[in-house]
Amino acid sequence: MRVELDEPKCVAAGQCVMAAPDVFDQRDEDGVAVVLEEHPAAELPDGVREAVAVCPAAAIRLAER
Amino acid sequence: MKRIVVVGASTAGLAAAETLRREGYDGTLTLVGDELHPPYDRPPLSKQVLSGQWDVDRTALRTPEDLAALGLDLRLGAAATGLDTAARLVRLADGSTVPYDRLVIATGVRPRRLPGDGVAHVLRTLDDALALRERLKPGSRLVVVGAGFLGAEAAAVAWRLGVEVVLLEPAPVPLAHAVGTEVGQILSRAHRDHGVHLRTGVTVTGVTERGVRLADGELVEADEVLVAVGSLPNTEWLGGSGLPVADGVLCDEYCRAAPKVYTAGDVARWHNPLFGTPMRIEHRTNAAEQGMAAARNLLHPETGKPFAPVPYFWSDQYDMRIQAYGYLRGHDEVAVMEGDLSERRFVAAYRTGETLTGVLAVGMPPKAIRPWRQAIATGTPWHDALASNAL
Repeated sequence: MRVELDEPKCVAAGQCVMAAPDVFDQRDEDGVAVVLEEHPAAELPDGVREAVAVCPAAAIRLAER
Repeated sequence: MKRIVVVGASTAGLAAAETLRREGYDGTLTLVGDELHPPYDRPPLSKQVLSGQWDVDRTALRTPEDLAALGLDLRLGAAATGLDTAARLVRLADGSTVPYDRLVIATGVRPRRLPGDGVAHVLRTLDDALALRERLKPGSRLVVVGAGFLGAEAAAVAWRLGVEVVLLEPAPVPLAHAVGTEVGQILSRAHRDHGVHLRTGVTVTGVTERGVRLADGELVEADEVLVAVGSLPNTEWLGGSGLPVADGVLCDEYCRAAPKVYTAGDVARWHNPLFGTPMRIEHRTNAAEQGMAAARNLLHPETGKPFAPVPYFWSDQYDMRIQAYGYLRGHDEVAVMEGDLSERRFVAAYRTGETLTGVLAVGMPPKAIRPWRQAIATGTPWHDALASNAL
């Protein structure tokens, strides 16, 4: 699985960081999300799918491989 | 349980459908939507879509592949017109019926209209946004009725496109009921600073081809009129179903409206135990969170979890990014915790009773706001919030 972030879509809500703090962070200056772990373990951390689902900009996608 | 029907194919409905699949439900899953478009995102409509920055494709909530992978029985362009809870059937506009074992209602809201505003634009759907965008030409005149968040965003976008904008608001201070008088004043000053003509305390009595008629008889001339005066929950189709409806579908803290029937998103009015009050929230984030919560509680009622979120919303107006956590309505006091209102760079905290119930930030680093969310989620007493300023 690969975590894909459509950065221009991000609205800096930080919901992904709250859902999966090991995988996402926010830039200090504008709060835009940063993917810390583009290839999380095969056993996805619980919060990652949650982050995809709650992202208010639909900016996160999980791609196979 | 072999057949789950989700009525409403926007954020809440899609979140519910995805969660059902993710949690292992592999029966028939029908997703009913009244629009023809596959599920798309609404917040960009008054921002990137209206400004022309984004193509329509960018608003899709999921790629066609991701949507196909859900294995949905997708019924688009099919408005639900009736519900029979005894027979467990949803009736659709085309005359067909869809039986269910479990039902999720996520039919959202529609724009409130003004009497006789037939020629005016509203802004709720993708088609609405495209129709208005088409008409926003530099030098044209737009009257926006209603200076709430939607009206304010649309006014800001139109201004940037070179449109002459008049923004009409019946209340003395826009958004005061939502964010308080002081913050409302500061936010509305941005309109005036940018040359958008904001007029408060004016009542619109009619919309004509030539513009907008005010209560005192004045005609405010316009090429286009946008009515943005709030919304109404889509519950008419539930008439006679026996479901409790009162400004939304009433449900308990598990998002359950009746046996086997759950509800989520803009249409749902539920008791939020975190704030100890019933609420209906028209925010993008809530729609996703509640869709997920309703789906989980539907599948696992024995281990059901109360839905107790800290609501979140944001709004982009001119160069301002407004972000808010919590439940600001009905607050008793607002205190500026960081920054300066007049510079439009601040964090304001909201007290209801003796508890911190909300924060609203403008122009602050988003990361700096997150600790406040936590403070709201834990029900921080107001005096502690004040004492630990900036947490």
